[in-house]
Amino acid sequence: MHLPLHYLEVIVVALGLIVLLAEAFFPREKKAILGWFAVAGLVATFVLLIFANRDISGPELDRFYATDDQAIFFKGFALIITALMLLMAIDYRKVLTRFTEDPSSEDGTGEFYALPLFACAGMMWMASAKDLVMAFVALELTTITFYVLVAYMRRNVGSLEAGVKYLILGALSTGFLVYGIAWIYGITGTMSLEAINLVLSPEALSTNNIAQNTTALLFGIALIVVALAFKVGAVPMHLWIPDVYQGAPTPTTTFLSVGSKAAGFIVAMRILEPFLTHEITRDKTIFILTILAAATILVGSLAAIAQTNLKRLLAYSSVANAGFILLAVAAWKGSSETDLSSFQVVGFYLATYLIMTVAALFALQSISQSTGSESIASLRGLAQTHPSLAWTLTIIFSALAGLPLTVGFVGKFFVFRAAVYSDLWLAVGCGFVGAAAGFYFYFKVIREMFWSPSEHGPEIYLSSTAKAVIYPAAILIIFLGLYPQPILALLGK
Amino acid sequence: MIDQTLILLLAIPLVALVAIIAGGPARNIALMASVGNFGIALVTSIVWTQVAAPEQLGAFELIVLAKPQITLALGLPDAMAVIMMLLTTLVPIAAVLAGKCPEGRERLWFSSVLLISLGALGAFLSTDLFFFYAFHELALIPTFLMIGMLGKGDRKAAAWKITIYLAFGSIVLLAGLLWLVAATESPSLLFKDILAGQVDSGDQIGIAALLLVGFGVLVSLFPFHSWAAPAYASAPTPVAMLHAGVLKKFGLYGLLRLFPLVPEGMQHWLVALVVLLLGNILWVGMVTINQKRLDSMLANSSVMHMGYVFLAIAALIAAGSTDANNIALPAAVVLMFGHGVSIALLFALSDRIESKTGSLRMEELGGLAKSAPGLAFLFGLAGMASIGLPGLANFAGEAAVFLSGFKNWDAGQPLGAVQIATIIAIFGVVISAIYMLRAVRNIFHAAPVKLTESAEDLNMSEKIPALILAAALLVVGLYPNILFNLFNPTAEAVEPEVSLVEAP
Repeated sequence: MHLPLHYLEVIVVALGLIVLLAEAFFPREKKAILGWFAVAGLVATFVLLIFANRDISGPELDRFYATDDQAIFFKGFALIITALMLLMAIDYRKVLTRFTEDPSSEDGTGEFYALPLFACAGMMWMASAKDLVMAFVALELTTITFYVLVAYMRRNVGSLEAGVKYLILGALSTGFLVYGIAWIYGITGTMSLEAINLVLSPEALSTNNIAQNTTALLFGIALIVVALAFKVGAVPMHLWIPDVYQGAPTPTTTFLSVGSKAAGFIVAMRILEPFLTHEITRDKTIFILTILAAATILVGSLAAIAQTNLKRLLAYSSVANAGFILLAVAAWKGSSETDLSSFQVVGFYLATYLIMTVAALFALQSISQSTGSESIASLRGLAQTHPSLAWTLTIIFSALAGLPLTVGFVGKFFVFRAAVYSDLWLAVGCGFVGAAAGFYFYFKVIREMFWSPSEHGPEIYLSSTAKAVIYPAAILIIFLGLYPQPILALLGK
Repeated sequence: MIDQTLILLLAIPLVALVAIIAGGPARNIALMASVGNFGIALVTSIVWTQVAAPEQLGAFELIVLAKPQITLALGLPDAMAVIMMLLTTLVPIAAVLAGKCPEGRERLWFSSVLLISLGALGAFLSTDLFFFYAFHELALIPTFLMIGMLGKGDRKAAAWKITIYLAFGSIVLLAGLLWLVAATESPSLLFKDILAGQVDSGDQIGIAALLLVGFGVLVSLFPFHSWAAPAYASAPTPVAMLHAGVLKKFGLYGLLRLFPLVPEGMQHWLVALVVLLLGNILWVGMVTINQKRLDSMLANSSVMHMGYVFLAIAALIAAGSTDANNIALPAAVVLMFGHGVSIALLFALSDRIESKTGSLRMEELGGLAKSAPGLAFLFGLAGMASIGLPGLANFAGEAAVFLSGFKNWDAGQPLGAVQIATIIAIFGVVISAIYMLRAVRNIFHAAPVKLTESAEDLNMSEKIPALILAAALLVVGLYPNILFNLFNPTAEAVEPEVSLVEAP
């Protein structure tokens, strides 16, 4: 049982290949079984992850593959979000078939169950990457898979438009990333983040000439930050988010908004950690991150106010949340006995974000399949037509708004606390504006459900998978809001 | 006394809530839970006055997060907490019995009442800042939803306004609280740890501003008050009773609780606060006189009366500490109690008037005293209490507030801002008298009109909730020391903490 940790990615890739091969020989009407198979495989991998052996033999692997608590946490995170995404995809297959080759069968849906597995492997590698090349390759594996997943409904104009937008900006950000890595390599002479950490230490600086080249180093950092801003959906690379989220198949949207963001942040924290730790680059890096965080929160929250489409609203909310997480990164704090580290705050925030966003988007997917609309108005009168869903959504959206006694509040509380303790007042101010705006647009959704009379539209049908995800998520939101310790315990120091 | 009993006060409504959601008889369960809670609270308060270490009485602590330390901590550190506990358990009994639940919405209606009182009670009992804040927000959600769903008149606009205003206030407050905690470098979020800290005078001004605006919005301090009147006028009766009577006191309670940490910062804003509270008393007072409907008149009057509590807070700020002005804090708290009970009673009775006559427009009513003498008597009593007639609870509070305004002033000294405000505020009593007496005259006296001729008087089950609240007004009014005496033992207990705060 005690499998070495780095076998897990191989298992996931193998799983993806198996699904892909089996897909070719599978009856056209029963492709969903492949989805269930993939979910089962991911669950099994998750169990293996819990018991995995973290001691890696051989210095070769150790040089670019981290096995710390954060790596384990984010690998688990990737497995969970991929499994949930596949569950959504199984529910979504009727819509998917409508826009693929042969609408009368599930012929075109098979790959939709295989591709997320490759993205998942990419995210798991990202969680462990402590070498710039490794980070880049893992990131590209994920991103390239996403290009296909976003444009999957190839007979749907929206999906295609989303695919093109994602592709162009994605390619651009890849360029930024490589360019930034090249600069940093040029200055420090190494690709390994641990080695960079050593090179930047005060003792080393007295012997090497990096101190004379800080401008070049900062240029490299800035390029990398911009590239990673694309991955997590932060200003200035946020422009793709609303259109892509709205156009992409909903399971892909979920996967993008949670999985891709989380993987982006773990890579961002790993790459930025040496630069945030050492005097020579710290203040300027924090400055860049603070400005980005403040701008991201403001853009996301203020733009969300005007939205009438729920999926688009959640897209802007995803931007705003990226801003809050960036704020936690900007308020950098290494591991300490007495306080939360930035890794913990970010990990916690992302975990809460996963619960809330998956539940919200799963509900949205069911509602839009029943009513044919993704607008906020399609929720009108839900309190009368489907009270249990209405109350559950109230819990979910309250949590997104950051209402106390839900996980959403605890996450925001940690972020604000870290930022206040680090004296990032500008960003804190913007954060509070964003949180206040958040109340407005999340409660707009709740308002539609409760205060407006029902329009007697089609009855909303929740599949048993949807129920099995949405209701427990609401319970988790409350439980972890009262008792957040379990998630923090997983995050180590 | 057994330890940790205070958790019962939260557990009972919670269990009742589950029972209601599970489909039990909603009204009876809610009634039993609130009566049971009041019983426990009453016994606890009596024991509280007798034991040696009252702040330990029934204290409950459960650490939910180790770092940063967050604790679900309940306790009765001082008389303020005890009195708020009594208020918060008393009003829900009447709120359960008051108002008319629309057919088929019993579960929503009564679970909201329980949830609001649970949140309010949790906030007042919490001795940890995190849960203090969190419980209050918990109570707001059902308030918003109930006004939006089952309110009357322009319910959607009113509900949306209160939602946005209070969310804004809460966010500003959260910023202030976080800054405060960071400035005190407190190891946990427990009040006792935070209050043991010190705040630099540079930080104090900013923190005090955020606290005043944040709490001020929640208490409808002028000019952040415009959410209150439409919300109360539109809210279902129990919600109006619970919010105006109980939940709104959260802001005042928070200011009084955290004031010792930022005395200098508060002093910086004293003149501004005095001007704003006069805005509450005079501006909103005038607006109240101009109301044509009883429910909006009551709603505005409740905003106006917050000015008096703020006056006591201003007196406390001017003095600098609870030692330097030892009647300001008791005055504020007793007035909070009196106002909470009287406004809840008034809202309950105003709802009865509407259900008996079908109207709340004062010009359409008249002579109701003939057909409904019981209703007239009770409304008269509550109205008199609300304008501060001696012998009723509010008088004790208001008189003490005025005294506290002149506490440290000797004849011959120039008048300070607080003294001038006190003199002006006394005229506010005249404003109250005008609108309340005019309302009583228009509705109950004069010649009976068509709407009131055949109106029935309160029956026994309608009288009971009103009588409970009226009895509380009378008891405290005739023997105010029943509340004021609670402050004496704690005054000594508080002393060492205060001197810690003032030490360099």
